Amino acid sequence: MMTSSPDELIGDGARPAIAVENLTVIRGRRTALDDVTVHIAPGTVTGILGPSGCGKTTLIRSIVGTQIITSGSVTVLGRPAGSADLRHRVGYVTQDPTIYPDLRVIDNVRYFASLYGTGAKAADESVVDVGLDDHRTALCSNLSGGQRTRVSLACALVSHPDLLVLDEPTVGLDPVLRVDLWQQFDRLATRGTTLLISSHVMDEADHCADLLLLREGRLLAHTTPAALREDTGCQSLEEAFLSVIRHSTEPALG
Amino acid sequence: MILVVPSLIITLMYFMFQDAPHPPGAPSPFNAACLIMLGVFPLIVMFLITSITMQRERVSGTLERILTTPLGRLDLLAAYGTAFSIAAAAQATLACVISFWLLGLDTAGSPGLVFAIAIINAVLGVGLGLLCSAFARTEFQAVQFMPVVIAPQLLLCGIIVPRDVLPDWLQWISNALPASYALEALKEVGAHPDLTATAVRDIAVVIAFAVVALCLAAATLRRRTP
Repeated sequence: MMTSSPDELIGDGARPAIAVENLTVIRGRRTALDDVTVHIAPGTVTGILGPSGCGKTTLIRSIVGTQIITSGSVTVLGRPAGSADLRHRVGYVTQDPTIYPDLRVIDNVRYFASLYGTGAKAADESVVDVGLDDHRTALCSNLSGGQRTRVSLACALVSHPDLLVLDEPTVGLDPVLRVDLWQQFDRLATRGTTLLISSHVMDEADHCADLLLLREGRLLAHTTPAALREDTGCQSLEEAFLSVIRHSTEPALG
Repeated sequence: MILVVPSLIITLMYFMFQDAPHPPGAPSPFNAACLIMLGVFPLIVMFLITSITMQRERVSGTLERILTTPLGRLDLLAAYGTAFSIAAAAQATLACVISFWLLGLDTAGSPGLVFAIAIINAVLGVGLGLLCSAFARTEFQAVQFMPVVIAPQLLLCGIIVPRDVLPDWLQWISNALPASYALEALKEVGAHPDLTATAVRDIAVVIAFAVVALCLAAATLRRRTP
């Protein structure tokens, strides 16, 4: 079995940044997540990968504490997910940029800065951090899709979160911008931020230290890009993922 | 738009009634109509603006995101309530100034009371709007809540048919709707130089309705959703 045990990944036995135990979420009549257990080490970049509708967003919403869960538990930074004191420490970038199009870039970020209580200086810094200093007084409705994503990111960075959760931040972005963003995520991780990033683009998995492969609400594997290649014998991560899916469905067929 | 439209419509009404015959000595019918408008406009306009804005917050995901920040739910509603009430106050100020000074609106009671009731109506509109936004899936539906929530209140509050000649069961419904009290309070202020007990009771009832609507709206703001 290629799934490493959580303890092995955490190594020094430090407390995991996120501990998800037997999480099951039923949305409507569908089981969106089915008995998922995973531990995520602090200070890492972890990718949640899987096809559309596999439960990535549901897992993310469970971790930020906006999802009503059916059973199991989610512990974030040592506290139950969604606890009041986590709201200062967890940044959440939603799938669609959740910013106000009729406000300027800087006003959007300042608004979130005041919600987090971090002030105007933090707002200026995060606008610079996402490379939108030239556009700080532009109206968000006039920005391109990629720029809006970065405004949305700035709104999360402004609180200097310990854990930053991003739901498909690179969807619809051009390759240059994607590289930019991933470099930024790496910088944040080296500063000690734990990042959890979902994507359905397998190429991006190489930027992650850890990978969670999800399919139809089940966790197929918790692995690393290198281990995934080694275990499946595939060079491209796309093929490797497909191979994991084939292996996981075979016993069911037989 | 928010600022000038009510004033323009009240001015339009002034000219409508200008040549309308009325018994000599009796107050112009414009007085009564203008007073009603000063009460009704804040309610309608604030209801519409609030319900659509809040609906946008809910649909665009900004509300869910805001609720992951340390902001308290009541803080959020209070902030919304204050922001829109300030807009409503500016609107009511302009409408009152124009009505009383330029158009010669004349009330037995103090213009300040008319203004105060207009603001309370606006807050009621904000409360109802915030509450209704929870039940609308789209902005289109949010707009349709206006005839559902506001129209019956205006029909039954005594503007068109005096409340005491309504059938019993409609009087009961009328008694349960906040606009009936708001309009009655305005009539009292229009007719009596002092603040009457009825007016005080009516104002208290409208405030209570506004507070209940805001609290119910707070209950619809869930940090966790299915």
